[in-house]
Amino acid sequence: MKITLKVWRQKDANSKGAFKTYEHSHVSQDMSFLEMLDVLNNELVQKGEESIAFDHDCREGICGMCSLYINGRPHGPLQTTTCQLHMRSFKDGETITIEPWRAKAFPVVKDLVVDRSAFDRIQRAGGYVSVNTGGVPDANEIAIPKKIADEAFDAATCIGCGACVAACKNASAMLFVSAKVSQFALLPQGQPERKERVEKMVAQMDDEGFGACTNTKACEAECPKGISVANIARMNREYFSAITSSYEVMAKGGGD
Amino acid sequence: MNWLITLFTSTLGRKLLMALTGLFLILFLAVHLIGNLQLLKDDGGRAFNVYAEFMSTNPLIQIVSKGNFFFILLHIFISIVLTIKNRQARGTDRYAVTSGKSSIWSSRNMGILGTIVLVFLVVHLKHFWAEMHFGDMPKVTYDGTEYRDIYSLVAQWFAVPWYVALYVFCMAAVGFHLWHGFASSFQTLGLNHPKYNGIINFLGKTFSVVVPALFAWIPINMFFF
Repeated sequence: MKITLKVWRQKDANSKGAFKTYEHSHVSQDMSFLEMLDVLNNELVQKGEESIAFDHDCREGICGMCSLYINGRPHGPLQTTTCQLHMRSFKDGETITIEPWRAKAFPVVKDLVVDRSAFDRIQRAGGYVSVNTGGVPDANEIAIPKKIADEAFDAATCIGCGACVAACKNASAMLFVSAKVSQFALLPQGQPERKERVEKMVAQMDDEGFGACTNTKACEAECPKGISVANIARMNREYFSAITSSYEVMAKGGGD
Repeated sequence: MNWLITLFTSTLGRKLLMALTGLFLILFLAVHLIGNLQLLKDDGGRAFNVYAEFMSTNPLIQIVSKGNFFFILLHIFISIVLTIKNRQARGTDRYAVTSGKSSIWSSRNMGILGTIVLVFLVVHLKHFWAEMHFGDMPKVTYDGTEYRDIYSLVAQWFAVPWYVALYVFCMAAVGFHLWHGFASSFQTLGLNHPKYNGIINFLGKTFSVVVPALFAWIPINMFFF
């Protein structure tokens, strides 16, 4: 396969970036998208040019590290992570545009690498449960209906990759935040912090400068884990009920 | 009172106001349509004139009308605030390539659709509402009572081709706005459950087609028949 790549190159967070075009002729349709970039980077290094920086880690579709906005869609044309995307999803001779996630809260570090620590700060603001000390409780002591356990698990499969923010026309993080709120709000273990959690996480989300949801559902369509927008409705319910009924409120972002 | 400020300056609180005002305006549309359909009655406009006189003089309706104007302005104001914030959230560098494959067109263009509706609203209010309240209206008499003849004013405008075309075009914009807005407001209120999602979607799609179509049918009917 021969492809043309238009890649966003940016020296660092303070520099101005621009697209650079690369002709890539050593592409097999069995390569993953990241392997294709690896081969290109090898060629660039051999030519004495600087390689293209992009995020990646497990390459198994579970860590949420790989990003890339490919031809106008986060993680490219398939609803998966970029590491699980293969070149057979593209046509021979195709021009592929690769951009970093674009969001004020996700500043570009270099080339295609963005800083997603805004998500970590939202998690720190409320995405935890109290763990009590004491004797070891019996297994299955806390009864949880199967359907609820499934829903909590589905929400918990969010890998925090940021595709929802990248896909959203408003760069809204509500799918991510709602998944993190939901996974605890549904379970008995999440009840002690239930109200303050949603208030703090939403406050932190707004502090980070993410946009507001307009229910286009692009996030759900692009989420590699298929997180449902039903979680956003749940977060809204949780938030409205918490803010009208909670007592001690620290609604300023709890992170740093 | 801090929590109220927190609520209404948060993204979720602003969305809540958008949804609630939007739902009120949906109710208003339904009531307005029922009134307008009397234009099609073959009675020389009597039913419509009597109805319009009631709507513009009844004190209770006047209070609701003030509320309606307030909600329209609030809906517009918050949408502007949210749109500015949302654009800022994307950052200074914007995407060079975007794809429309993962969402429907109307959901991404509520601002454009809303602006068309606003332009229509201004023209509409100037021609009918302002004339009815402040203009020099012709009068008709039914059973000894004098009424302002809004019917002939409407009939006069609905005989103007560009006005009918504008009206129909704007009703299409209303339809697309509602196609997304109706169901979206319930999602924002947190009402999303397999038990009733089907009902909301069905009602939303039906409303967004039937109501603007009937609104548009009135000038078409009066123009051609």
